[in-house]
Amino acid sequence: MAEDRADARAGLRQGPGRLLVTLYGIFTVGATSRSVYQLTTRFDEAPLAYVLSAVAALVYAFITVSLIRGGENARRGALVACAAELAGVLTVGTWSLADPDAFPDATVWSDYGQGYLYLPVVLPVAGLLWLRRRRAASQAALP
Amino acid sequence: MFTPLTVAVAVTALLLAAWCGYAALRNQPVKDWHYLGMAAVMLLTVAQLVVGLVQLGGGERPAAGGTGTFVSYLLSVLLCLPVVGIVSLSERSRWGSATVAAGAVVLAALELRLADVWAGGTGG
Repeated sequence: MAEDRADARAGLRQGPGRLLVTLYGIFTVGATSRSVYQLTTRFDEAPLAYVLSAVAALVYAFITVSLIRGGENARRGALVACAAELAGVLTVGTWSLADPDAFPDATVWSDYGQGYLYLPVVLPVAGLLWLRRRRAASQAALP
Repeated sequence: MFTPLTVAVAVTALLLAAWCGYAALRNQPVKDWHYLGMAAVMLLTVAQLVVGLVQLGGGERPAAGGTGTFVSYLLSVLLCLPVVGIVSLSERSRWGSATVAAGAVVLAALELRLADVWAGGTGG
């Protein structure tokens, strides 16, 4: 288990974490460019949807940075952010189905991320599982 | 937009995703042959960028005026495989293969969007 302690810092972005960082990175770039474009060019059309997209972009960016940074604080921060992300995608997903009129244009989280291969709902679950497993690993590494 | 090329890029990207996904399932890292496959799909995306820009230069435009969106999707398509390729170089495990597979799926999804934007969707 000495190996685990040695890479406790890098551990969040190795193995399965590498896949997660890549996907979160892609979503950060995608959601950020999309929301900057929407907020600057046609904010009036669907203000709620575009603001929610921007919030999603911020959450993705925070998780990406936390996973890359590593360490216990980053792990805890990412855990909270992933939980918020999951709550967000479930709330917005249900809301967009129950009241489509509130969303003239789609957000990343509409219909549980259907337009994005359902990755928006899969990612936070995978993230939570991975971050929990890393805590188990770092505790096991303690003397 | 040249539809056969779009279909070719999407289909080859999905094949690449299946191939690398299979490697991940078998607990294998990305190997030289996979990189050759990535290079082949990448060549197609370069061709697509050139064809797209030539068409824009010739005065053709996406139906709903989403030229900026269209070009940004063309560039994103081009970047997908180099990014996951570099990531897989430093992750010599099954997770490197899984990352490449994920990148290839994203690429195929972007092709759908690209066709959609060209046909008049907003890309939103």
